[in-house]
Amino acid sequence: MTAKYSAITQLTLARLREFYREPAAVFWVYGFPLLLALGLGIAFRDRPVESIPIDVATDGPAGYYKAEEYAVLLRADPRLKLTLLDGAAAKERLRTGKTGLVLTPTAAAPGWEFLIDPNRPDSVLAQSAADSTLLRAANPALAAAATVESNEVGGRYIDFLLPGLIGANLMGGGLFGVGFNIVDMRVRKLLKRFLATPMSRRDFLLSLLISRLLFTVVEIAILLAAARLFFDVSVRGNWFALGGLVVLGGAAFAGIGLLVASRARTIETVSGLMNMVMLPMYVTSGVFFPADRFPDAVQPVLQALPLTALNAGLRAVINDGGSWSALGYPAVILTAWGVGCFALALRVFRWQ
Amino acid sequence: MSDAIRVRDLVKTYPGRPAVEAVRGIALDVRVGECFGLLGPNGAGKTTTLEILEGLTDPTAGEVEVLGRTWRRDPAGIRERIGISLQETRLADKLTVRETVTLFRSFYADGLDPDAAIALVTLQEKARAHVVKLSGGQRQRLAVACALVGDPELLFLDEPTTGLDPQSRRQLWDVINDYKSRGRTVMLTTHYMDEAERLCDRVAIVDHGTVIASGTPAELILQIGGEHIIDFTLDRPGPPADALHALPTVRTVRADPPRDGVHGYSLSVAEPHRALPALLALLQSSAAQLAGLTTRTATLEDVFVTLTGHGLRDAEGTAS
Repeated sequence: MTAKYSAITQLTLARLREFYREPAAVFWVYGFPLLLALGLGIAFRDRPVESIPIDVATDGPAGYYKAEEYAVLLRADPRLKLTLLDGAAAKERLRTGKTGLVLTPTAAAPGWEFLIDPNRPDSVLAQSAADSTLLRAANPALAAAATVESNEVGGRYIDFLLPGLIGANLMGGGLFGVGFNIVDMRVRKLLKRFLATPMSRRDFLLSLLISRLLFTVVEIAILLAAARLFFDVSVRGNWFALGGLVVLGGAAFAGIGLLVASRARTIETVSGLMNMVMLPMYVTSGVFFPADRFPDAVQPVLQALPLTALNAGLRAVINDGGSWSALGYPAVILTAWGVGCFALALRVFRWQ
Repeated sequence: MSDAIRVRDLVKTYPGRPAVEAVRGIALDVRVGECFGLLGPNGAGKTTTLEILEGLTDPTAGEVEVLGRTWRRDPAGIRERIGISLQETRLADKLTVRETVTLFRSFYADGLDPDAAIALVTLQEKARAHVVKLSGGQRQRLAVACALVGDPELLFLDEPTTGLDPQSRRQLWDVINDYKSRGRTVMLTTHYMDEAERLCDRVAIVDHGTVIASGTPAELILQIGGEHIIDFTLDRPGPPADALHALPTVRTVRADPPRDGVHGYSLSVAEPHRALPALLALLQSSAAQLAGLTTRTATLEDVFVTLTGHGLRDAEGTAS
């Protein structure tokens, strides 16, 4: 038999052709994650703190002149942006986020009081900036300490975000790429038609996996190249370890996708199931912010999720320069999910 | 001649409340080299029977042998030797005709060159066209090419021409006749009686999950007792059935339920030249006015209606 008629090659080719002949699919798989990374990268790019708005109340117990006096003292710090107005208006500005701090001159020591919103970082920052400026003004002997600025690649938000997006893409690609296609073929009765031929089921499932991995490699290469070009994000660790992690992650999510699609009879059902699987992980598995922000009580659950493990591994390799040794925990979790789901899917799979 | 398909006491019951008995004890023998048709209305159990023969559905009970093999012992051996076309399979839109046929070819250890299979269904000019660009008839021929590319000994076609225009139907009939002329076996389902008469050497008429008659189309038509049919309509109820039966050479009498005040009757007769004058004389003596009268050759449709008492397309029978 010639290689021309290898079933696994033909099945994989068919998947690739169907994919690249569908421009909408190409956009959603390749264009959308790229735009998302660019958008988020720009929105959350790290900027130096430009100005800290501070309001000084002119109708406090110590009177208007005291308010002006404090304003002059505070202007010694060029970052502070002062506004003088009556207390009620200042309070309203604090409530709506237009200012970070309301300083009211008082009769009692030390001569002022702060009104802040303790839940807002900019408010806490304004308080500490105002406090230290006023203290320095009262005690000129306190010199400012020498300050060296650092903004190293690897510690910015985009550095944190990129591995998370790669992980999320592997998840979305694995679930949608495998799950959606299987149900589509089931709805079109193509699965049933294939089943009536001598086609081996193993070849069929392997071809889904292979085509998925081929799409994924291209997708991740594009993301990494764009991140390098626009944000100077680079892979600091071992490229082969990264490749191994991508293959493992892609295969694990393909297994989950197979399970999700194993019995669904309609596109609507499988879409709902996939969102049910993916949305919680988007939020809790450290795509946009670290998973350890969640309470300690749920950490054992979160750490056992495949996307949490994958993201941890990707960050270890991309940001922290890790190599194979960093992959123990992700490898165990991903293999368990992949093998477990694949085995279960094969048992319950509905071919017709 | 040996049998390509042998079926005994085939039963398929789908669980549920109430359980649906799609097939209720069907027996069939299909000989090598013939074209065998399963005829019947939608829901008669034709597709279920075919899918059991194709190994896609497990029977509840009964014996099935395909090409001398059973699905339990040698599924791979059967799959390698049969070709099938299902009702309403939607092949991938964005693959070309040649890519689709090559994909199916890759599933078989032996078979035709994909281009040869495309030539069998005369789609050469469309070999590079995407499936989405094909007409309904061309898609159906592509489906048959996918069934033929494994060079099967036995071809299953489920409603191959349903929904096609007359020209496309004739093209597909040519493809099937070509295949049969190479000594291969075809089993098809249809609810078009003209299709069965054109293609099939033998047919089995299926209704409510059982075979109610089988034989060559000519045998079945003879079985209802006459090769000719006299259809006539009256403006009010006409002579009683006994009186019609008593007319010369009349074999069967059928009265249709009245529709819009018109009462229709069909008589199967052996000799219209004797039956017709007697019928006219009888009608003259009755109060009913003749609204219309035609004579024609009997068809399988008449066989079906005579045996079941209902039409093929207006069948209330939803056995599955």
